[in-house]
Amino acid sequence: MDIQLTEEQELLRSSIQRFLREQYDFDERRKIVSTDEGWSRRHWKAFAELGLCAAPFQESSGGLGGGSLATMIVMQEFGRNLVVEPYFETVVLAGGLIEEVASPEQREALLPRIMEGEAIWALAWAEGRSRYDFNNVTTTARRQGGSFVLSGSKAAVVGAPWADKLIVSARTSGGPHDRDGVSLFVVDSRSANLHLQSFKTIDGRRAAELTLMNVEVPAGQLLGREGEGVAALEACRERAIAALCAEAVGAMSVLNSATLEYSKTRKQFGVALGTFQVLQHRMVDMFIALEEAISLTQHLNLSLAAQEPNGSKLASGTKSKVGYAARFVAEQAVQLHGGMGMSDELNVGHYFKRISSINIQFGDPSYHLMRYAQQS
Amino acid sequence: MELNLSREDAAFRDELRAFIAENYPQEMRVPNPETDLTKEQSLLWHRILNRKGWIAPLWPKEYGGPGWSVTQRFIFEQETSRAGTLPPLAFSVTMVGPVIYTFGNDAQKKKYLPRILSGEDWWCQGYSEPGSGSDLASVRTKAVRDGDHYVVNGHKTWTTLAQHADWIFCLVRTDPSAKPQAGISFLLIDMKSPGVTVRPIITIDGSHEVNDVFLEDVRVPAENLIGEENTGWTYAKFLLGNERTSMAGIGRSTRHLARLKQIVRTEVGEGDPAFGEFIREIARVELDVLALEATELRIVAQMSRGIDPGPAASLFKIRGTEIFQRITDLTHQAIGNYGLAIREHPVTANRFMPGPDYGHTATEKYLNSRKLSIYGGSNEIQRNIIAKAVLGL
Repeated sequence: MDIQLTEEQELLRSSIQRFLREQYDFDERRKIVSTDEGWSRRHWKAFAELGLCAAPFQESSGGLGGGSLATMIVMQEFGRNLVVEPYFETVVLAGGLIEEVASPEQREALLPRIMEGEAIWALAWAEGRSRYDFNNVTTTARRQGGSFVLSGSKAAVVGAPWADKLIVSARTSGGPHDRDGVSLFVVDSRSANLHLQSFKTIDGRRAAELTLMNVEVPAGQLLGREGEGVAALEACRERAIAALCAEAVGAMSVLNSATLEYSKTRKQFGVALGTFQVLQHRMVDMFIALEEAISLTQHLNLSLAAQEPNGSKLASGTKSKVGYAARFVAEQAVQLHGGMGMSDELNVGHYFKRISSINIQFGDPSYHLMRYAQQS
Repeated sequence: MELNLSREDAAFRDELRAFIAENYPQEMRVPNPETDLTKEQSLLWHRILNRKGWIAPLWPKEYGGPGWSVTQRFIFEQETSRAGTLPPLAFSVTMVGPVIYTFGNDAQKKKYLPRILSGEDWWCQGYSEPGSGSDLASVRTKAVRDGDHYVVNGHKTWTTLAQHADWIFCLVRTDPSAKPQAGISFLLIDMKSPGVTVRPIITIDGSHEVNDVFLEDVRVPAENLIGEENTGWTYAKFLLGNERTSMAGIGRSTRHLARLKQIVRTEVGEGDPAFGEFIREIARVELDVLALEATELRIVAQMSRGIDPGPAASLFKIRGTEIFQRITDLTHQAIGNYGLAIREHPVTANRFMPGPDYGHTATEKYLNSRKLSIYGGSNEIQRNIIAKAVLGL
C-alpha cells in the first residue's frame, strides 16, 4: 500500500526538486506571474527537457511509461512550488484524453508535440450554467459536409489564453441534459469565429470565456467516438482528481512546515507562538489532515495505476476528503500567520489561493461528497 | 481496502477467516459483548485461540507467541475485528504479558506467562487514582518495604473489569522523596490478598465495567516487584505504547458504519428534513474511515520494511476514537424516539425494550463511547505527544 518509489521514480522526483529549487523559487514565480503572458515558455521547455511532459505516457505512445504515479510525483512537487505552467491542462487533461480515446493517427499527430513541450492545450468542458456536470452541454456541433460546425459558449477554461489547441465538448445529438450525444473536438485556438475573453484566476493563472460562432472543425478533429464524450470526460476526471490531490498534498506540506516554523520564531507576549497549547493542537490537526490526505491520494493513484474497479467513486471520495483537509490547512495557515497571512508578499496566501482553485476544479468537496454518497 | 498480500499471507488470511467462521462461539454473539457476557463466556474465545497457539500475536515465540511477521499480526487484527469477535482481554495479553517477559525475572516469567495464555489469570490495571486523570505520574498509592514484603496502601480507580480479576498490576510510590516519575515501582498484587476491596462504578450508560480498588495494608511479597525498585515509570510507558497500537479500530468502525447505514435506510425516509444531513454525514465519516485505513496500511507497510512508526499510535488513537464516537452519535440519532430508551443492567432477555432490535444498544453505545477520547491518555494528551514528538514544539 505504501508507495516505495522505484529508482526511476526517485530520480524523477529528485530531478524536479533540484530544478525547482534552483530555478523556480517564490520570487521567480512571482516574476513569471506578473509578466504579460503570465507563464514562462523557458521553464516549460526545461520541464520537457527533464522528461516531465513525456513521463506519464505509455511507451507505445512514445512516452516514458510512468503512468499515474509519475503524474503524482510531478504534481506533488509542482504543488510545493506553486508552478503555474499548464502541465495539468496540457499533459494530464488533454494528453490523457488523447492517449485514451484518440485514433492512432490523431495520437501520432498530437502526442509527440505535447511530449516535446511544443504544444499547449486546454480543456473546455464547462459552460456558464453547467456547474460540475459533464452532461449539461448546450454548445452544439452540426455536421456539414466533411466538417462539424460548433456554436455556443464555454466557461472558465483554465489555460485557454495560453493554449495552441483546445478540446471542446459540444452536443452532436440529444437534449441539454442527456448523457448521450456529447462529443469532443480538437479545436485550433486561432480558428476563425472563435473568440476568447481572458481573465485572471484566483491563483495567478489565466483563463477564458469562449464564444464559438459557427466554428468549422474538420471531421477528422472529432476526438473519440461521436456522442460518447461524457464517458471520456469521466475517465479524464479520475486522472484529473488524482493529479490535483497530489498537487494539494504538495501545497499542504509547505503550508504546514511554514506555519510550524513561524510558530517557533514569532513571539507574542514574550514567548514563541508555538508554546500556546491551543495553537499546538491546531497544528497537530493540520499534521493529521496532511497525513490522511497523503494516504488517500496514494491509495487513489495506486488504484488508478492498477485499473481497479470503482475508480470513479474513490476519486470523488478522495477529492472531497482531500479538499476539506486542504481547505482546513490553508485557512489555519493564514490564521496562524496572523496579519502576515493576509499579506500578498508572503507565500502563504498564494498557497491558500491555489488550494481554493484546486477545490473548485472538477467539482468542490461538497459536490464530490454527495456524488460519493450517491454511489454508496 | 486490502494490503497487497504475498501468496503466503493471502493463504494465512484465508485460513484465519475459515477458522473464525468455524470456531467463534455462538454464545458470544450477544447485543453488546463488552457488557452482556459472564466472565466464563467472555473467556471462551480466549481459550479457543490459546489452543490454536494464536492468543498472543505480539509475544516472542519462546514465550508462547505464534512468531508472526508485522503483516501477519496486522492481518490477524484486521480479520478478527472485521468478523466482530471480542478481543481477548488486553490487560492480560497485550499489557502485563509483554512487561513481564521484557522486564520480569525468570521465576516471574515461569509463574505468570502460561496462566495469562491459558486464561487462568484475569488481570486488571492499577494505574489511575482519584485525581490523577491523564497525569499518571501523580501516583499516591504507597508501598513500604517491610522485610520480604511491601505493605501497600492506596486507592486505584477506573479499574476495568476488576470485578473479574485475579491479579492487578499496580503503579505504586516506593520513594516519596524522589521526583514524581522517579519514585514509582511496578508491583503485581493478588486480588485475593487481605485488604483488597473492589467497589463497582456504574457509568453513564448504566453498565458496570469499571471499579474502585481499595488497598488497605495489603502485604505483597517482594518477589512480585517487576524489574528494579523506582524504575516502574519506564515499564508503564512501555506498556502504554502497546495499548495504543490497535486504536484505529477500523474493523469495529466499519461494522458499526454498515449497521448505521442500514438503520438510516429503514428509519429515516427521504421526506424527513434530516435525510440529506444523514446521507452527508455518513459519507463524511465513511471517508474518514477510508483515510484512516489507508494511513494504517501505509504505516504497516513502513513497519514491515523496518521503519519506526514513531507517534503514529497517537494519530490512530485520536482519529479512531473520534470516528467511532461520531458513528455511535449518528446511530443514536438515527433511531429517533427510541433513543429515549436504554437497557437496564444487568441485562436479561426478560426486560422490555421498545423498538426494533437493532436500536436496543444504540443509546448505551453512544454514552459508553464517550470514554474513548478520555482513557488511555486523553485525546488532548495525544495531541501534546504529537506536538512534542513530531512537530518539535
